[in-house]
Amino acid sequence: MAKLTFSIGGIHPADNKLARDCKIETLPLPDTVYVSMAQHLGAPATPVVAVGDSVKAGQVIGEASAFISARVHSPVSGTVKSVAPRKDLAGFSCMHVEIAVEGDEWAEGIDLSPDLVTAIPEDRDFILDRIKACGVVGLGGATFPTHVKLNPPAGKTAECLILNGAECEPFLTSDYRILLERTDEIVVGAAIMQKVLGGCPCVIGIEENKPEAIAAVGLALQRLGYPGIRVETLKKRYPQGGEKQLIDAVMHRQVHSGGLPIDVGAVVQNVATALAVYEAVQKNKPLVTNVLTVTGDCISPEKQHNYLFRIGMPLSWIAGLDGGVPEAAVKIVSGGPMMGKAVANFDAATVKGSSSILYLGESTRRRSESPCIRCGRCADACPMGLEPFLLKKLYAFGDTEALERNAVQDCIECGCCQYSCPAFLPLLDNIRMAKSQIMGIIRARNAKK
Amino acid sequence: MTQTVIWTVAILTVLGLLLSLLLFWVARKFRVEEDPRIDDIEKTLPGANCGGCGFAGCRAFADAAVKAGNLDANYCPVGGNEVMKRVAAILGCEVKEAPALVAVVRCNGSCANRPRCNIYEGERSCKVKAALYGGDTLCSFGCLGCGDCVAACQFGALSMNEESSLPEVDESKCTACGKCASVCPKRIIELRGKGPRGMREYVSCVNKDKGPVARKACAAACIGCGICVKTCQHSAIRLEDNVAYIDYSKCKLCRECEAVCPTGAIHGVNFPKPLDKEAVKKRIEERKAREKAAAETEKKEVNNG
Repeated sequence: MAKLTFSIGGIHPADNKLARDCKIETLPLPDTVYVSMAQHLGAPATPVVAVGDSVKAGQVIGEASAFISARVHSPVSGTVKSVAPRKDLAGFSCMHVEIAVEGDEWAEGIDLSPDLVTAIPEDRDFILDRIKACGVVGLGGATFPTHVKLNPPAGKTAECLILNGAECEPFLTSDYRILLERTDEIVVGAAIMQKVLGGCPCVIGIEENKPEAIAAVGLALQRLGYPGIRVETLKKRYPQGGEKQLIDAVMHRQVHSGGLPIDVGAVVQNVATALAVYEAVQKNKPLVTNVLTVTGDCISPEKQHNYLFRIGMPLSWIAGLDGGVPEAAVKIVSGGPMMGKAVANFDAATVKGSSSILYLGESTRRRSESPCIRCGRCADACPMGLEPFLLKKLYAFGDTEALERNAVQDCIECGCCQYSCPAFLPLLDNIRMAKSQIMGIIRARNAKK
Repeated sequence: MTQTVIWTVAILTVLGLLLSLLLFWVARKFRVEEDPRIDDIEKTLPGANCGGCGFAGCRAFADAAVKAGNLDANYCPVGGNEVMKRVAAILGCEVKEAPALVAVVRCNGSCANRPRCNIYEGERSCKVKAALYGGDTLCSFGCLGCGDCVAACQFGALSMNEESSLPEVDESKCTACGKCASVCPKRIIELRGKGPRGMREYVSCVNKDKGPVARKACAAACIGCGICVKTCQHSAIRLEDNVAYIDYSKCKLCRECEAVCPTGAIHGVNFPKPLDKEAVKKRIEERKAREKAAAETEKKEVNNG
């Protein structure tokens, strides 16, 4: 079968999936966890516990505070030590609940057995309520609350559910590992989401560099026999896992500027989200665990891991299990090397969306920039068809009208332009600023209307 | 041949005369009457077109002032009271005197005080850096050191101190246009009253973290202990969000707060003599003892009476 891919732009970075053969290991519990209240896109959750309260794992400790917000649950059992601001990954303060771990007792009603539950509840609202109550958010990177995404606005119907197993970012292997080790659960999760969306077909897209995962999912589909779910092989190309790129690849439809996937009848969810949905709906288990990859080009193979972690574990504590930060590392990134964030505060705690601790060596240091030679590689690489060199210039001139005309607001911040620039220009840094400025202008204008 | 030349010259001359008459008529007919005072005021203003007054340039300021007929909403910080008096004379209205201001950098985070905990490699712009993360130190409120303020200053009053990597204000050049304060993403730069002979006290820190966190991030941070607030006799200092702020309109420049500040976050500048901390502390102690004694006598009197 022909391999699917998106139509314009894209790059081919070396995939470096160094931890692909490392089985998922469950981390031990630390003495203290710090659970952030801002683990999702939208309004931060409101803490509902006080200092001295004893909590059980899976108990609600933060309540959703707005329509676009999500609940936060305690990942461990123990006593609340403090509810105070603490620095996050980027060094900004946000509200954290500090819990001293005592034992490992889970709240009532949570099914912790490993048995697969294949019978899907009939009631759509029941499923959505479960997903909402368990604080499930998109685990592909944006951490958008899942119950909002699975509930399309009136007048719009989902024609296709796309499950994103592309994992196009180099180094990351957490999605690959769950596709291999939790295949059945992911397929049931997909069937649940399919049900919520009214029985539309579902496509599980996996990049060609993961043939074992494609085979495993194919077998699971045959075994479980849910109708209307199929697996598609995608070309290895970055950013294949971008929402709009994936829709283009699978459905051959383009989301127009400023539009949402649902406008073209698509709903895209990550495979890790499917697993979280399965656990929430079938097991009533809140989203307090996820898989992260500890990897990098400057650490030895025995230090590469895929860990099943609980939210709130400090990154430095996880690194400490393996002897701390390796000396050769010049940069620590959380997330993939293309879109992930450099870690400014290594004592920050893991959140629902944490996908990796990536140690990068000397070769990834940013090189000094030189003037633009107008080669146009950035424009060739842009998967959204933008002209990054032009946008950078327009931002420097402060020409907001031209920036909007040139659709800076469509930038998905994938970093292809900066990756392909032979002059090492900080294109994305500038475009990101321009984008936030233009988005502000557009929002203000819409609010006036 | 000659005739061609003569004809050409003649036709062009007549055409030129006709067109000039037309232009003269148009100019008379469609003339826009502009208040001559706008030109006068524009000439009086410094002509920096810096936008410090809130208008696009000096002409826009003059236009707005003449239209309003008063100077209630207009003040040129660059020209100061001197220029504003002359503008008021042209308009024939009153102007309220405003204190002379100067840009003040409120951050102590020099390399020595505030150790770096990561290295920033991105675009050299405070705006970009602030959007990305909290900064290359543990203090997420302090100066980012990329010099957006230096680039924004059109009077050359700001420069980056290489040693401390903090911006410095040249008071003789600063016109208080406020451009630097508006571009600083951390809102560190403040326009403060220049004070008599340039003497002024200010808290050189904006860190809102709790004491221990702030102290860990920077040796000279304001830790919000409130000793300065208790010491100040003029109630010029207030404590908000773990950071002290001195109201320059109330400050009497006694320098007591500076002497008692445990981290040295409070700065006094342009004083003729360096601060003798011990002497000031002694003075405060004596005053407190006196106050205590007075309170006790009063108490006794109340009891007796």
